[in-house]
Amino acid sequence: MAEITLVEAVALAQARAMRDDPSVLALGEDVGKDGGVFRATDGLLAEFGPARVRDTPLAEGLIAGMAVGLAAQGFRPVAEIQFMGFVYPAVDQIVNHASRLRNRTRGRLTCPMVLRMPTGAGIKAPEHHSESMEAMFAHMPGLRVVIPSSPARAYGLLLAAIRDPDPVIFLEPTRLYRAVKEEVADNGEAAALDQCFTLRGGSDLTFVTWGAMTRETLAAAEALAGDGIEAEVIDVATLKPLDEASILESVARTGRCVIVHEAALTGGFGGEIAALIGEKALLSLAAPVRRVAGFDTVVPLPRMEDLYLPSVERILAVARETVRFQ
Amino acid sequence: MTGDCQGYSPPPVIAYLDKAGAVLDSIPAELDDRDVLIGLYRAMVLTRTFDQKAVSLQRTGRLGTYASSLGQEAVSVGLGAAMQASDVLLPAFRDHGAMLWRGVTMVEILQYWSGDERGSDFKGPREDFPVAIPVASQTTHAVGVAMAFQLRGEARAAVCVLGDGATSKGDFYEAINACGVWKLPAVFVINNNQWAISEPVSMQTAAPTLAQKAVAAGIDGIRVDGNDVIAVRHVMERALEQARQGRPQVIEALTYRLGDHTTADDARRYRDDAEVSTRWQEEPVLRLRHYLVGRQWWAKTDEEALIREVRAQVDEAAEAYLALPPQPATDMFDYLYAALPPSLAGQRALLEDAHG
Ligand SMILES: Cc1ncc(C[n+]2csc(CCOP(=O)(O)OP(=O)(O)O)c2C)c(N)n1
Repeated sequence: MAEITLVEAVALAQARAMRDDPSVLALGEDVGKDGGVFRATDGLLAEFGPARVRDTPLAEGLIAGMAVGLAAQGFRPVAEIQFMGFVYPAVDQIVNHASRLRNRTRGRLTCPMVLRMPTGAGIKAPEHHSESMEAMFAHMPGLRVVIPSSPARAYGLLLAAIRDPDPVIFLEPTRLYRAVKEEVADNGEAAALDQCFTLRGGSDLTFVTWGAMTRETLAAAEALAGDGIEAEVIDVATLKPLDEASILESVARTGRCVIVHEAALTGGFGGEIAALIGEKALLSLAAPVRRVAGFDTVVPLPRMEDLYLPSVERILAVARETVRFQ
Repeated sequence: MTGDCQGYSPPPVIAYLDKAGAVLDSIPAELDDRDVLIGLYRAMVLTRTFDQKAVSLQRTGRLGTYASSLGQEAVSVGLGAAMQASDVLLPAFRDHGAMLWRGVTMVEILQYWSGDERGSDFKGPREDFPVAIPVASQTTHAVGVAMAFQLRGEARAAVCVLGDGATSKGDFYEAINACGVWKLPAVFVINNNQWAISEPVSMQTAAPTLAQKAVAAGIDGIRVDGNDVIAVRHVMERALEQARQGRPQVIEALTYRLGDHTTADDARRYRDDAEVSTRWQEEPVLRLRHYLVGRQWWAKTDEEALIREVRAQVDEAAEAYLALPPQPATDMFDYLYAALPPSLAGQRALLEDAHG
């Protein structure tokens, strides 16, 4: 087994899916010869040829719309949007068509497509390259929204997303693309969608997080362990549909919950999880549910993005208050 | 003329019949056939009768907002008639003639416009797309469908219909541009009925024609008299042949929306009665009837019999539509995902308890 990065795992999973199933196609800007600007489609053109690995014109609405057409015809397109900040022209197609084609045709036409894109700040990219708009997609009925937090989970979740019969928004934390290496077995095994992963067990506090913020959150949990506080860390992984049971079960045990995400606080998906706990686990709470999130500001240009991202210190401060709360 | 492009002359408007149904140019032999033309005529009359029925159902509170195709029957029927059954139609919201020709039932169309999703579960053309409401959004789906045909080496084509207003959207250019790049088997039919709700085509573009938008995509742009069903069918057949050989096509069909935009619109607010009555002089149904009568292929008795027959057909469809049982409330959840996510089970149960 080789140790690989998250972006290599993405390419590995796509290659595996394309080998296993001739209906899987890769498409997007620069996905062919260039192998994607982050190399997430590296090697695919050489192995599968230009019919199945398609450089598209520079047109995001087209990329998403043609994926709908291909999917309705029985293909499984895996379309790349180069950066999340450029997904907006494709949103019309996702919300008005991809997410509801099955429903509006009573299952006659379906849309088994994946729209992959890098998400999040932290690599000092130019303006519009650092957005975290997962809540926008998680709000849309009919979609799956998946975000991996490690190479192995990226491999397994992407395979699952490609095999899923419904449209999946697959968000790849840019900051994690090359941050860590992990052993990934290219065994074609999908990870479960619609399920949280417990990255660390603990009985004193539940951290709920996803994507790149799992790293800072795990670091905060380690620091708390130094103080004798055992924090559980839940990686949500599929934001929509949400695995409510795992979150509620953990919070019922620990009685305390801190939600961590890098997207802006207001209207972020953390609010949804807090509401869920308020509705279904209020009486097991020993402290208010707290959120640590990006500020309600535009993601700043690179010089200040570290100030925007929730730091281990910010997480720790809120976690300590939550633990101390009587 | 504004926006004249240097060195570019817009394509001529192809037509065989003049406004009064007199022959302008010799009609292609295979179309100048009694059965073929009467088939097209019947389909146009059926479409018009169906439209009238739908509007009256709406007026009496038994249908939701409806978009009539009054005056545009030749575009819709002509393009539908030229398609093979195996082609895929990606319609806008006013293409009832083409949908009916392809086997979507009147009941299904009424169901859709009454707000019942089952109307888009066509029992006939299973691969055709449902009506697209966000204008021009269906154009990019056609790219994917046509690419699927190309990838599988199938001699099929995607046919996408859009309005003149829809050509202002980037989707349209993105789609025709991609079809040009990949030489996809797709035909885009612009139903230029001169109006996008209250905005005349002159407010959509300064280009003298819409067909010329194809030039920028490097593909063929054609113009046809959209009130001449013979011309539409012929041009469309040729375009489909070209498309199947990897030459995507844009057709601008010139017609006129004689009715309101939808039953929620009052077109008198923005256009003159005089303009509309002039346009009634060139409408497609009467035009073909004049030709048929001139050839002695159609008599008053034929017309009377046809009217009786289509009215009966339409009335029967309306009755069948009105007699449909309501869809189960839980349908809202049951087609959303392939399998119901556990997190939605509670919401579904809530609805089922209240309205199951
Ligand atoms: C993207 C979008 N914007 C606005 C509307 C509201 N709308 C419905 S039909 C219409 C005009 C469409 O004109 P055209 O494309 O010429 O088609 P026609 O109605 O004339 O057949 C508008 C603005 C819409 N459906 N979609």
